[in-house]
Amino acid sequence: MSIDIETAARVAKLARIKVEEEDLPALAGEFNAILGFIEQLQELNVDDVEPMTSVTPMRLKRREDVVTDGNQQAKVLANAPDAREGFFAVPKVVE
Amino acid sequence: MSDLNKLTIAEARDALRKGETTSVALTEACLAAIDGADALGAFVHKTPDLALERAKAADARIAAGDAPDMCGIPVGIKDLFCTEGVPSQAASKILEGFLPQYESTVSGQLKDAGAVMLGKLNMDEFAMGSSNETSVYGNAVNPWKAGNGEDLLTPGGSSGGSASAVAADLCLAATGTDTGGSIRQPAAFTGTVGLKPTYGRCSRWGIVAFASSLDQAGPMTKTVRDAAIMGRAMMGHDPKDSTSADLAVPDFEAMLTGDIRGKVIGIPEEYRMDGMPEEIETLWHQGAEMLRDAGAEIRDISLPHTKYALPAYYVIAPAEASSNLARYDGVRFGHRAKLGHGDGITEMYEKTRAEGFGAEVQRRVMIGTYVLSAGFYDAYYNRARKVRALIKKDFDDVFAEGVDSILTPATPSAAFELGKEVSDPVEMYLNDVFTVTVNLAGLPGVAVPTGLDAQGLPLGLQLIGRPWEEGDLLNTAYALENAAGFVAKPAKWW
Repeated sequence: MSIDIETAARVAKLARIKVEEEDLPALAGEFNAILGFIEQLQELNVDDVEPMTSVTPMRLKRREDVVTDGNQQAKVLANAPDAREGFFAVPKVVE
Repeated sequence: MSDLNKLTIAEARDALRKGETTSVALTEACLAAIDGADALGAFVHKTPDLALERAKAADARIAAGDAPDMCGIPVGIKDLFCTEGVPSQAASKILEGFLPQYESTVSGQLKDAGAVMLGKLNMDEFAMGSSNETSVYGNAVNPWKAGNGEDLLTPGGSSGGSASAVAADLCLAATGTDTGGSIRQPAAFTGTVGLKPTYGRCSRWGIVAFASSLDQAGPMTKTVRDAAIMGRAMMGHDPKDSTSADLAVPDFEAMLTGDIRGKVIGIPEEYRMDGMPEEIETLWHQGAEMLRDAGAEIRDISLPHTKYALPAYYVIAPAEASSNLARYDGVRFGHRAKLGHGDGITEMYEKTRAEGFGAEVQRRVMIGTYVLSAGFYDAYYNRARKVRALIKKDFDDVFAEGVDSILTPATPSAAFELGKEVSDPVEMYLNDVFTVTVNLAGLPGVAVPTGLDAQGLPLGLQLIGRPWEEGDLLNTAYALENAAGFVAKPAKWW
């Protein structure tokens, strides 16, 4: 599996990271080095193996489906780069 | 008492209880040491006022006779832990200016026990790295130097600042986190003790997430006894972390008898790597001899899927990271890029993340995105999870055959020069070759310093234990520590 410049651009887009055009070849090269290393996994026969979901077999705890927290608007917004009138503010999303 | 910052937790605790010193005196000694050690780049946010305030409160508690073990003990906290009102930015530009409105469970437990936070410690950005060179704060530096050399060495990573601070006696102990070896590798590089508990022992709540199925906090200390004391204070069930284990945490210190007669110690043949330095091989052999002399049975074992651990890790960890780090979008906290005319929300995300994440973080987020993307999910991510199941089964099998702990080298080399391995990500990843299996299998592991190499740099061995049996593991580590008698300290140059 080899990653070309087009694939590198697509991955950067999916990851929502801006990568300049001229940096794409180097990025594709790094991806290829790492994926080459990962490629070893194909050597193993894993046909009858269940993929691991939890490293320690445990049943997740359950609790009543009720509100246990809240009314912390000021704290929630305290670190926002832009907060107005009790909301997070972002650039216009819908034209 | 002089050199209070050089005490162990156990020594300081006993002195505090006897009234031979105060938490304020301990704290002042550490603060002075920290101020004289900027060259190490270990403490990146200092909190002297807060520390002295907490030290006074601890002294009052000790005077009142209500003093848990950690009460009054000055510690450093890795920058990955959210600490209320104190900068916590995972060594990333993207969290610049972030002031948590809450305290992580682990740092909160230490605080409630009366421990005194001296400040926040350097690390690799988002805990992604093995040399502390991906930090927005700049490098943390190892207090150890090779021979008479001038080269600055890495303290390891990602908990590099924690390891450097403990080794240089800037604090009595520090918190670390370990996703692929980030407590144990820096501990081995600095002649300190690092414990990664069983997955689920320490709550992950309030710790900036890297790879949630692998991340685990733990203590970084000067001795095994201190790891037992501080580890106990950090562990315990937390309803706010759904993977936190609802199990009692025993008094690990009381389990340190040093008696390991009849224990079975496994030596895995797959950890003999080609090209491993002779010194590491010798150290490993000597460690096994020490445990044999202490009455343990040494048994050759096989963990056949070991060589697939690193590649599996470099699928699973980036996959989880790409998902966890999606939250850094410039909306709710941290950095937001300045937008150009006509830029919409997508440009805001893309520019913010390009500016805020360093190169290694970007690389891992994108690798993670790729292995999770349509068409590759089965070939990479699901296959890696299957391999992970096989790696865990390797350990289950040897434990079922009666092995109590496994002895391995902690790292494939001693600390290396800063700047030496930055250019090749895969070469850097090999640092975790002996530690990463433990995270994939969710097991407890501890690095113990046992010797010096020809250049006078510390080397460590790793012991791996059965799940939830940190007490037994620490006791074996204690026996190894006693037999090795490692007392060397770095010569002060900073």
